[in-house]
Amino acid sequence: MSETKKTYWKGLEQLTNNPEFVKNAEGEFPEYLPINDNGEEGPNRRDFLKMMGFGVAAASLAACESPVRKAIPYLNKPVDVDPSIPNYYASSFISGSDYCSVVVKTREGRPIKVEGNSLSPVSGGGTSAQVEASVLSLYDQQRLQNPVINGTPSTWDQVDAAVTKQLGSLGGRLAVVSNSVFSPSTQKALDQFLAKYNGEHIQYDQVSFHGMLAANEKAFGTRAVPFYDFSKAKTIVSFDADFLGGWLNATLFSRQFAATRKLSDGNKTMSRLYAFESNLSLTGANADYRTPIKPSQEGLLVANLYNLLAAKAGAPTISAAKVDSPRITMAAEDLWKSKQSALVVSGSNDESVQTIINAINSLLGAYGSTIDMSKPYQTRKGDDAKMAKLINDAASGSVAGIIFYNCNPVYDHAMGAQLAEAIGKAKFSLSTSDRMDETASLTAIIAPDHHYLESWNDAEPVKGHFSLSQPAISNIFNTRQAQSSFLKWSGVNEDYFEYVKTNWAEWHFANQSEISDMQMFWDQCLHDGVYAAPSDETDAVVSFAGDVSAAAAKIASNYKAESADMELVLYTNASVGNGIQANNPWLQEMSDPITKACWENYLTVSPSMATELGLKTGDMTTEKFNITVGGKTVTAPVLIQPGQAKGTVGLALGYGRTKAGKVADNVGVNAYPLADYGKGYQSLKVAGVTLENTGETYQVAQTQTSQTVMARGNVVQEALLTDYQKDPFAGRERPEIYTSEGFKEPAAITLWSGHEYPNHHWGMAIDLNSCTGCGACTIACQAENNIPVVGKGEVINRREMAWLRIDRYYSSDADVSDHLGLEKASENPEVTFQPMMCQQCNNAPCETVCPVAATTHSTEGLNQMTYNRCIGTRYCANNCPFKVRRFNWFKYHDNSEFAANSSMNNDLGKMVLNPDVTVRARGVMEKCTFCVQRVQAGKLQAKREGRRPVDGEINSACAKACPTEAIVFGDLKNTESKVSKLLKLGTNEEGKTAVAEPRAYHVLEEIRVDPNVWYFTKIRNKEKTEA
Amino acid sequence: MSINRLKNINHLLCQFLLIFTLISSVSLGAYAQEDAAPAEAADAGVDPALVSQGESLFKGNCTVCHAINEKVIGPALRNVHERRDEDWIKAFIKNSSKVIASGDEYAVNLYNEYNQTQMTSFAFSDDELNSLIAYIKAESAKPVAAAVATTAAADGETAVAAGGGVAAEYITAILIGFVVVLVLILIVLGLIISVLTKYLKESKELTEEDKDVVNQDFDLGKLAKSNAFLGFVTFFFLAIVLKSAIDGLFTVGVQQGYQPKQPIAFSHQLHAGQYEIECVYCHTGVEKAKSANIPSVNICMNCHSAIQNVGGQTGMSPEIQKIYDAAETGVPIEWVRIHNLPDLAYFNHSQHVKVGGIECQTCHGPIEEMQVVYQYSNLTMGWCINCHRETEVNAKGNEYYTKLVELHDETSKNPLKVQDIGGLECSKCHY
Repeated sequence: MSETKKTYWKGLEQLTNNPEFVKNAEGEFPEYLPINDNGEEGPNRRDFLKMMGFGVAAASLAACESPVRKAIPYLNKPVDVDPSIPNYYASSFISGSDYCSVVVKTREGRPIKVEGNSLSPVSGGGTSAQVEASVLSLYDQQRLQNPVINGTPSTWDQVDAAVTKQLGSLGGRLAVVSNSVFSPSTQKALDQFLAKYNGEHIQYDQVSFHGMLAANEKAFGTRAVPFYDFSKAKTIVSFDADFLGGWLNATLFSRQFAATRKLSDGNKTMSRLYAFESNLSLTGANADYRTPIKPSQEGLLVANLYNLLAAKAGAPTISAAKVDSPRITMAAEDLWKSKQSALVVSGSNDESVQTIINAINSLLGAYGSTIDMSKPYQTRKGDDAKMAKLINDAASGSVAGIIFYNCNPVYDHAMGAQLAEAIGKAKFSLSTSDRMDETASLTAIIAPDHHYLESWNDAEPVKGHFSLSQPAISNIFNTRQAQSSFLKWSGVNEDYFEYVKTNWAEWHFANQSEISDMQMFWDQCLHDGVYAAPSDETDAVVSFAGDVSAAAAKIASNYKAESADMELVLYTNASVGNGIQANNPWLQEMSDPITKACWENYLTVSPSMATELGLKTGDMTTEKFNITVGGKTVTAPVLIQPGQAKGTVGLALGYGRTKAGKVADNVGVNAYPLADYGKGYQSLKVAGVTLENTGETYQVAQTQTSQTVMARGNVVQEALLTDYQKDPFAGRERPEIYTSEGFKEPAAITLWSGHEYPNHHWGMAIDLNSCTGCGACTIACQAENNIPVVGKGEVINRREMAWLRIDRYYSSDADVSDHLGLEKASENPEVTFQPMMCQQCNNAPCETVCPVAATTHSTEGLNQMTYNRCIGTRYCANNCPFKVRRFNWFKYHDNSEFAANSSMNNDLGKMVLNPDVTVRARGVMEKCTFCVQRVQAGKLQAKREGRRPVDGEINSACAKACPTEAIVFGDLKNTESKVSKLLKLGTNEEGKTAVAEPRAYHVLEEIRVDPNVWYFTKIRNKEKTEA
Repeated sequence: MSINRLKNINHLLCQFLLIFTLISSVSLGAYAQEDAAPAEAADAGVDPALVSQGESLFKGNCTVCHAINEKVIGPALRNVHERRDEDWIKAFIKNSSKVIASGDEYAVNLYNEYNQTQMTSFAFSDDELNSLIAYIKAESAKPVAAAVATTAAADGETAVAAGGGVAAEYITAILIGFVVVLVLILIVLGLIISVLTKYLKESKELTEEDKDVVNQDFDLGKLAKSNAFLGFVTFFFLAIVLKSAIDGLFTVGVQQGYQPKQPIAFSHQLHAGQYEIECVYCHTGVEKAKSANIPSVNICMNCHSAIQNVGGQTGMSPEIQKIYDAAETGVPIEWVRIHNLPDLAYFNHSQHVKVGGIECQTCHGPIEEMQVVYQYSNLTMGWCINCHRETEVNAKGNEYYTKLVELHDETSKNPLKVQDIGGLECSKCHY
């Protein structure tokens, strides 16, 4: 070795033995370092670091002493408010034209949760995602804190003075614009105001029902939307009416529809739903037969259906081009079999289409059975023609005063841009909006209204069915109820609460005989939240008097059987909806039930069209396209949507807000201006669309990217109704595992000794047949359990925090052996929704891997997650077969990086937090707890009263929110509980508790983790040949 | 011999040191002992059941305005049965305004004397009234001195129970005396040793052996420098530092004994101890809610609208004035929170008090003796868990537990404890 030893130099300096180098060679650094050379006396950098180190240590030592915390009791405690005891108030959710009867849970005087009011026949006890999320909108920081005059904060006295002065000397036309007003007292107050200033009232709806209203007016003499009863229907045909999604009153319709889909030993029949639509909607996803159609065909399909039925009924047929659709023929057969137990609905805003729909329902005898014209909905009154005329008049300067009562037409009306320019031309402009939105920011005066949770109000969503709103909190900001403002401006100095009460005394108390005292009557109504006026009308038989042939003629000219044109179909999704509550982060982050995307709207195209368009997609990436309609161009990402009709593009409304607030502004694109107003009514279906690839790569945040279950029957089990009728075990995949003693059920060969549950054993049954995928449960869960919002970027990183997700699976056409093909959904797939949360396994894989025993099993069957013990190894999440555990990658509260998580990042938003649930810290794992705080509260209530808990008393937030009662929660030890009965719990030969319900199964049963959540097989009402 | 004497003295010195150490440790133990509770006066000739029924009635209804030995809102009730006959008393309790309206002179005088404050009417049965009177009689029979502690004033002077053994200060004084005496003895002994050594050194008749003993080299400097000594000292020093560090770490967040100054010098000793006002009268949530509730000003005002000072003093007490100020200005009283559980732990008062039947004192200590409230228990998880291990479930008469008890009794001879029904599980408190 030594002879081969070479000499290496550090550099030329060493080789040349530079004296400078020799001097420094022994030092650590050959170059001169100016470490201690600050040239002056005093502390240097190192001293500073030392001092700082000491300071930090000293400060942390000093900080060991806990800070002084104050306990401030009430000065004068209200009798019925006790700290830590929740109070519940019945109220009415009114947002735009939407309505839901609710019960508001308040803690220490602040609303923290909204739940459905089971006493209401109009909303059926369920909720929707928007209703659940509305409690967070109450605490929106973007709400106006004072009235505004000309952009500067003002006082109410100044506003009142300005309004009365300007209106008194208006000298021209005054218009009040609003969404549909269905509150009788509000209408009365408005009428008083309009009478005083000689104004007119113009109503519009974000999604117009103008066509149906006009058709019904001509056919039955009532300009109204009838009351539908899907629960009585055996055959339902929907032409693009998303009655399970956002159409009219989806909460009640879901409950009614689900009632026809509940199967048991006693009832093995269910309804059949045909859906004809362009976008894949919730209704289409739940349909037994879904047919993708182009909007330009819709009228003809309706006409063809009419002809088929008319032929059977012996009525005169109409002239319509024949569309070759076997499904229409099938639907006609089924409808005719069901006769009055049939129901045909259409979401079209074309009067002629709605006329034919009326004619069909009339032929079937649906009126008086599934359709009740005598108690119409009051929630859709918008008149497109009047609204369009108003905007045109305002543009021409002939409107002197314009008032926007809780509406935002600049944003959510197709002619919003024209209106925006016209507002300035009016001498007087006012908005009652709660925020400086797109419309309000253009008006001279803003007189902000209360949130509905701060208001007194009444409502008549359906004729004869009334409900009350009561404040669950006193007004947070210096706002004033709009009705009070109108009363004040009309010179009536009456408190709106007294006003409503007086009205009810006159309208309702006087017309009933059950309660003899007005105060008692009022208290009862306020307690129930709803009141049904005694009606002496029996279901009046209405006779159809519409002009079918005129409608047919119009259809013949407006619709085509085949069209090569690209068509755009606008829709409202289940999360953000029409965009009123767009600034609500819970809704923005709620993944769309169908696309599973959030924080965005996007153009949906069918898989084959994506290929034609040359769309390049990568791992969660897609491309942005320009879409041009009638001269207007917007740019949006494209998302491949199985089931989308070929030749059509879908785009959701409700996004692209510019002045809603920090959360919603510039999220997505505003699709309202793309709606077609050319025929005098709002049409969300627009032809003549061009798409152009911008080539820009873009990421859309999706919470689920897998499309299918890859033919894994152990996840989703489904069967046809006919098979189920023959064998209740149809569709069940019952895995057996080979042992030395032959094949055995997984339960028979478990390694585990099992747990004993002496007291309670909480369990859940989820009926896949009833779950429509609406997602109300996910928001209910978020509100109940203080689940943070993480924002689009983190969703893309797959770090969303939802404890409860709804998995959506498409069917695939591929053969079971074709693994690659199985990944792809069919062009028009069958859809299954599967709510997925912690399965509370009895043999939980997470529990065994936790090194610190932070997740353990309770004697009540719960898989407990103890945040304060968790050290964040994430082994549990790795070992969870259901992937339901969520990790707090960041501190989501009090962190400006997550400002969108508004329920945890400002003092106002924090008021929505559930005080019974810990806000989790960074670095800990979390997951569904089966709402253990509710379980504990319910048990304690029972203990205090010295009794066992009653079934239904203890309920999880998701089960309570579910409009279809697909999720049932309860105690498996209680033989009388609903969940025990559903599962048919009994004991097997070995004396162990066993589930006897043939449809009930565990996901991934073969791994025998023994969950406490059972799923019930999905049953499709299809003919065998069609399967 | 004298040498032996020296040895003996050395032994004596060691023994003294030993005794000194022992006594100090024993006396420290004595220091922690509490005064024995005074035995209750035996009462002859009265049905104890009747008295106890009366006591619960009295405490539940009357203590808000009356005390036996004290003028509160209403008169002191000591010997009231001697002042008036029983029928009169019963009539007055049932409907005082009726008695006053009837023109009864005594009643009218009473009414005027007490600022014309109407006494609430109580619809008690005769049995209940009898028990009440029996209780008042029994209480009146007790000596005044035992019951009436020096009410002192609101400035917080400690009340000393009469005849209750040696007071704490004396024990300290005695101990200090002991220590001084012992130290003196040590010094004297040391002097004796040095004198003896000096004397022996001068003496010539010592053997070599004795010389070795006498000339023992007590070089302190050498000793201090020796490795053994240094090691010993270092070990002790490190051990003490380590022990206090560990103790310190354990006490982070533990605030046992925390006794902050409150905005109002409210005395539980006076209200709960002396006047025996039921805890739930002010802490309204304790049987139905998570929080026991700190009383709101309107609850204070129930009594303090009439009571404006303590112990018969006239004028408005400055502390009570603060309640009036709060009521008038509308600014609530900001009490300092003493019991601070971390947010991650869920504790519900009603579970423990209403369902479990736990006395307030179990966790809050002798609250009725506290002039200023302090945190009695350490409120650590170990403390909670330990109680859940040891406490039996209060299942009697509660149908919720019936089956659980039956099931438990089938398999176990021990009573049903909280831990047997999941009282040690995480999500009973953490969610």
